[in-house]
Amino acid sequence: MRKRLFSGARIVDPARGLDAVADLLVGEDGRVLDVGPGLRRATGSAAGGEVEVVPCSGLVLAPGFVDLHVHLREPGQEYKETIETGGRAAAAGGFTTVCCMANTQPVNDNASITRFILERAAEAGLCRVLPIGAVSAGMRGERLADIGEMRAAGAVGFSDDGLPVMDAHLMRRALEYTRTFGAPVIAHEEDRCLGCHWAMHEGEVSTALGLPGIPGAAEDVMVARDIVLAEDTGGWLHVAHVSTARSVELIRRAKERGVRVTTEATPHHFTLTHDAVRGYDTSTKMAPPLRPPGDVAAVVRGLADGTIDCIATDHAPHSRVEKEVEFELAANGVIGLETALGLTLGLVRAGHLGLSQAVALLSTRPAACFGIEGGRLAPGDRADLVLFDPDAELLVDPAQGHSRSRNTPFGGWTLPGRVRRTVLLGRDTFSGVPDAGV
Amino acid sequence: MSFARKDLVGIADLEEHEILTLLDTAERFRELNERPIKKVPTLRGRSVIHLFLEPSTRTRTSFDIAAKRMSADTFSVGGVTSSAVKGETLLDTARNLHAMRPDVIVVRHKMAGTAALLAKALPCSVINAGDGFHEHPTQALLDALTLRQRLGGFEGRTVTIVGDIAHSRVARSNVILLTRLGARVRVCGPRTLIPPGIEALGAVACDRLRDAIEDADVVMMLRIQQERIDQGGHYFPNTREYSRLYGLNLDTMRRARPDVLVMHPGPVNRGVEISPEVADGPWSVILDQVTNGVAVRMSAMYHVMGADRAEAAVQRGADR
Ligand SMILES: [Zn+2]
Repeated sequence: MRKRLFSGARIVDPARGLDAVADLLVGEDGRVLDVGPGLRRATGSAAGGEVEVVPCSGLVLAPGFVDLHVHLREPGQEYKETIETGGRAAAAGGFTTVCCMANTQPVNDNASITRFILERAAEAGLCRVLPIGAVSAGMRGERLADIGEMRAAGAVGFSDDGLPVMDAHLMRRALEYTRTFGAPVIAHEEDRCLGCHWAMHEGEVSTALGLPGIPGAAEDVMVARDIVLAEDTGGWLHVAHVSTARSVELIRRAKERGVRVTTEATPHHFTLTHDAVRGYDTSTKMAPPLRPPGDVAAVVRGLADGTIDCIATDHAPHSRVEKEVEFELAANGVIGLETALGLTLGLVRAGHLGLSQAVALLSTRPAACFGIEGGRLAPGDRADLVLFDPDAELLVDPAQGHSRSRNTPFGGWTLPGRVRRTVLLGRDTFSGVPDAGV
Repeated sequence: MSFARKDLVGIADLEEHEILTLLDTAERFRELNERPIKKVPTLRGRSVIHLFLEPSTRTRTSFDIAAKRMSADTFSVGGVTSSAVKGETLLDTARNLHAMRPDVIVVRHKMAGTAALLAKALPCSVINAGDGFHEHPTQALLDALTLRQRLGGFEGRTVTIVGDIAHSRVARSNVILLTRLGARVRVCGPRTLIPPGIEALGAVACDRLRDAIEDADVVMMLRIQQERIDQGGHYFPNTREYSRLYGLNLDTMRRARPDVLVMHPGPVNRGVEISPEVADGPWSVILDQVTNGVAVRMSAMYHVMGADRAEAAVQRGADR
């Protein structure tokens, strides 16, 4: 690969507090060689045709986005998504790293499945895929999965996501056992005793629609339980997709006490309220469910003040077969990789976040949260990059998406910002439109 | 005075004038139903499919009689004969039925939102005969018709609905309709069966039956279902205790106004939510409700099929 010079971009690298128009030079090994103003002149005279120049004026150049929570459905449910189609969606959304959940078929509860996922991701070459192993064998919540072997094979965390670990004793042991491996237990917090056949958040909207609801407390009691267990065991709890005001507050207090707890929030939970369910559109059905405005505001505040470590999409593709049915029967989940940037920039537009903060929540902080290399643009770092136009707009057309599934509640929305180019270790994995970078 | 909708999915969708239009037309049909010869040719050549995917004898019969009184052809799909049990999706079932070109599909389903789903997917009219805990618009309309006949109007009146509000589409549709027409609505039952945010629909929640029925012009009792306890919802300990706390009997009736009207959407659990003396007593308008059910359903079918507009066009032609 030739050296590549990304020239004249607004470089936003929150890890170093950098937000300035400059150039970025990528070496033949796909790593950052240099960042600074005037590199074009320097390299132009020295290297001549050896350097490919990518003009970037008007674009933001940031570390490629890192998503700690996606469902890629392979192996087993390739009709919904594959590692390749999910990787394409990730690249189109500006992501260079995604962590994929274990609820495949078969479940990623042993090292051979972990290795299979890594091999398929390497073949696809569209983004770095880091597998998350199951906490319990078969995600049945009965006994621990092969945590140590999966860790050795490359798993970055452990989760029965999609299902809560209802057995407190098993959760305690998982938090204890994973300490040795320095990996988080990622918890889908939902007390199923407080709502088993629910379809949405329990509140005035569920009452108006006549849909069975689950209260916010079902999330809160599990967050509280797991914080206590993390505190006692010294284990690392990562709360997946936090969605209620009280859970955010529980996590804030726990962090203040020094409990090892981290968390993430999804774009749909910081954007939509439970009012979006009116009309019974099954693309508004997910777990946890959309919450009332007070919870949404608390999630936004948690992102702004750093209580919530990062944004994660919980990209959860489902086919029409699972979604074009009665609301109560519809599968939980929405896709999110291609709308994450726009919805996050929505928070910037609304004045809740600065641009650098938004980039941090999508890149720097998720990488740091899981200890993943990436999310920074210093010399020597991986040249995992995203170039986006913050002033362009994206009209969301689910049919034009790169995912194999179309279950988004944002179809027809106009979102701020457009990804123009995504770069993985120096190579383009997505190049948006002909006018990119001009 | 108009009703220009293709469907009748829920009371929540309707403007006050649309509700009044449906009630006024039902009034006309009610008179018709008292004549010796009850059949009119209004919907001759039209066809109605009753798609009942949840057991119901009463509502289905009421819709069927309503359609036949207007000379529509009716077809019934549901229960064991439906393909829903064979793994076909609801939308496939509905699209297949629509391919046979009915004018109206009357649908009952145990899940909320199903009538809306069909109304959106199908070009023909859809009437909601009850979708889960969501709405049962024709029940609320027949209740309103019954009350309007007895009370003259709704302004300043208080209606108390007692029972399992959480799992009741009848309660939801009635709360919305009655408050929209100017009545005050109280809901009463164990706190476990009062859904959160019911106030947002316009109702006031009451804990105790005696407070709830005091000064009420109308008390509407809802059926209490043993299944709710059996399914482990932990709503109340047993029907005996429920009956003691929330049942309407001659003793509790002493707290009510002497001219109070007692309603029940049926089927009645005698001795549980209502004692036989009250159900059959002078306050009871339960059988009026059933009679009005046919008239209201005739009105609903008449309006969603645009028969009102067709008749108006004929009328304009004749006037010219
Ligand atoms: Zn989850």
